[in-house]
Amino acid sequence: MSLRSLLTRALLGGLLAAPALAAPPPPFEDSIAQRVQACTGCHGAQGRAGPDGFYPRLAGKPAGYLHHQLLNFRDGRRHYPLMTHLVAPLTDAYLLEMATYFSQLDVPYPPPAGRPAADVVARGESLVYRGDPMRDVPACVSCHGERLTGVAPAIPGLLGLPRDYLNAQFGAWRTGKRRAHGPDCMFEIAKRLDLTDINAVSSWLASRPVPVPAKADTSLPAPLPMPCGGVPQEVAR
Amino acid sequence: MIRRVGLALLAIALLLAAAVVWLNSRGEEPVPADAAPTQGTPEQVARGRYLAIAGNCMGCHTVPGGDAYAGGRAIDTPFGAVYASNLTPDPDTGIGTWSADHLWRALHHGRSRDGRMLYPAFPYPNYTHVTREDSDAIYAFLRTLAPVRRANTAHTVGFPYNTRPALAVWRALFFSPGGSLADGTQGADWNRGAYLVQGLGHCNACHSARNLLGGTTGVLDLSGGLIPMQNWYAPSLASPDEAGVADWEIPEIVALLRDGVSPRATVIGPMAEVVQNSTQHLTAADLQAMATYLKALPQQPPKVPPLPASAASAASAPGVAPLATRGRALYDQHCVQCHGAKGEGVPGAYPALAKNRAVTMDPPANLVRAVLLGGYAPATAGNPRPYGMPPFATVLDENDVAAILTYVRTHFGNEGTAVTALEVHRYRTHD
Repeated sequence: MSLRSLLTRALLGGLLAAPALAAPPPPFEDSIAQRVQACTGCHGAQGRAGPDGFYPRLAGKPAGYLHHQLLNFRDGRRHYPLMTHLVAPLTDAYLLEMATYFSQLDVPYPPPAGRPAADVVARGESLVYRGDPMRDVPACVSCHGERLTGVAPAIPGLLGLPRDYLNAQFGAWRTGKRRAHGPDCMFEIAKRLDLTDINAVSSWLASRPVPVPAKADTSLPAPLPMPCGGVPQEVAR
Repeated sequence: MIRRVGLALLAIALLLAAAVVWLNSRGEEPVPADAAPTQGTPEQVARGRYLAIAGNCMGCHTVPGGDAYAGGRAIDTPFGAVYASNLTPDPDTGIGTWSADHLWRALHHGRSRDGRMLYPAFPYPNYTHVTREDSDAIYAFLRTLAPVRRANTAHTVGFPYNTRPALAVWRALFFSPGGSLADGTQGADWNRGAYLVQGLGHCNACHSARNLLGGTTGVLDLSGGLIPMQNWYAPSLASPDEAGVADWEIPEIVALLRDGVSPRATVIGPMAEVVQNSTQHLTAADLQAMATYLKALPQQPPKVPPLPASAASAASAPGVAPLATRGRALYDQHCVQCHGAKGEGVPGAYPALAKNRAVTMDPPANLVRAVLLGGYAPATAGNPRPYGMPPFATVLDENDVAAILTYVRTHFGNEGTAVTALEVHRYRTHD
C-alpha cells in the first residue's frame, strides 16, 4: 500500500470516526425511550428500521400489532432467538408500553426502492388492489387499509418496508416459522400465493412511497374478508 | 484359568448389579395397590399452588405460550433432550390416574406411576427432601388444573443412557432418598431456608458442577457450575469472588430474589427466569429464610487476595495490552453511553462494571452471553420497567467481544484476566 493511500485511509477513517467520538452521549433519562435502547440497537434510532433490510421499522406501526408481535416472540409463535431472549422476562403490560411508545413515533420514512419491471408491477398492483379470487386471496387493501397504512390497533401498514423483509415474512408464514393467534390469516394467504406472486407483491409494495401522513386508519373499509385471530372482534366487523 | 477369571468377573458383576438393585430400592415402600386419585382440601390446594411456584414446576412443565403444566418443554442435556411431562389431570396423557402416593414416590424416589425410573433432569435428588405434607398439597393443586390432552413427547436421550440399567447405575452413584434436612443447632429461618434452597428450590441443579455422567455432589454443594447445553455459568453461592452473599445485608438478598435487582447485583439469563417464575412470588418470610440460609453458607476463601495498589497489575499482564487497547476503542463506541467512562454504570438502570465480580468472574461465560445476546432484567412488581441492553451478536465479531471483555476485566480497578476469541466462541456456541 502506498504512503498516499495510507494517508488517505487514515484521514478518511479519522473523518468518519470523528462524529461518533465528538458527539457526547445523550444524558441518561428515566424514560421509555431510554428503556427501549435494547430495541433501537438493531431497529435503528427511534425504530426507523435497521440499515440492512432485516430489522423492520417499528415507528408508527399500530400499537396492537407491535404488542402482538412482542408476545408472539415471547410465547413461541415467532422465532428469532435474539428477540425471544430480550422479551422473555418481560410482562404483557410492559411490552404494551413499549409497543405504544413506538406506535406514537412519527418520524420520516426512507425513500422507496426503485421501480421493478413492468410485468412485476402489473401483477403486484393487481394482487394488492384486487387479490386473486380464483385462489381465494383477498386484496391487501381489504385488510391493510385503502392507503396500505394499516388499520389501528392491530393491522400493520405495508409501505416503507424493504422487499427483502416482506419476502422473508411470506417465507416464514409458509414454513410455519411465523405464526399468530389463530385463525392465522396470513399463514393461509401465504400458502395460496406462489413465489412469483409473493415477489411481485413485495417488490411493488417496497417501490411505493409512504403517504403523508402515514397514520394507520381507524376503521376497516368493509368487514374482514376472512377471520384473523390477531384482530379484535369489534374492529373486524 | 481363563474360566476361573471369567467366573470371578461374573461374580463381581452380579455383586455390583445386586448393589445397584439394592441401592435403588432403599427405603422405598410399594405404592398400595388400591391407591386412587383424591381431591384435596382448599387449604391444601392453595398451599400446593404456592409450593409449585417455589419449585418452579411450571418453568419446565410448560412450553412458552403453551398450556400451563401441560409439559412439552425440552430440557437439553449432554445426553439428549428430556421433555417435561404433562402434569394436568388428563387421564390418558397427564397424571389423571395418579394418586397422592404416586406423586410422593415420583418426588421422593424418582419413579413414574408405573414404577419406571425418571430421568434426573426432573430434580428428584432435590425433591426427595420435600415433606409428605407438601407433596400431598402439590398433588391437591395439580388435581385442580383443567385437564389438557397433550401426549408426552418422547425423549431423545441416546444409547446407553436411555436404558434402565444406565439409570439404575446413575441412581446408585448419585441419588439417595432424602429425609428431613432439619438442623437443630440452627434457627427456624435457617431451617426453612435450607428446606427451600435444597429441596423445592433445587438451586444446586444449576449452581453446582456436574460430572461426566451428569451427577452432582449433592444438594449441599452450591459451588457453581456451567449449566449444561445453555453455556450460562451459575456462579458459586459459596464464594466471595462469585455470587456468595455472606457480606450482603439480608434485605439486599431478598431484593435480588424478589425484584431481580438489588444495590449489589442484577439477575440475567436463566436466573432472570427463576426470579420471574418463582422467587418473586414467594412470601416475605420465605425470602427472608432463603436469604438467611444463603448468607450463612460456608464461604470458600477468595481466590485472589486483594492487593494494594494493584490497579495496573491486571492490565499489564502478558497479552492483555494489545487486546485492551482495541477493546477500549470498541468500548468507547458501543458501551460507554450506558456503562460510563469509568465503568460506573447508572444506579438502578445499568450495572457498574467497575469492581463488579460478575465482570471478573471465571469462566467469562455470562459476560460473553450478555454482550452477544443483550437482555433485560426480569420485569417484576418491584422493578416493573427494567432497562435493557441491546444484543451485539449482529455487530461485534468474536475478536471484538474478546477485546472489549479483556478491557473491562482489566480496567476500572478490575483484577480479571484476558478473554480470548476462542473463549468467546466456546460460550456463544448455543446462542
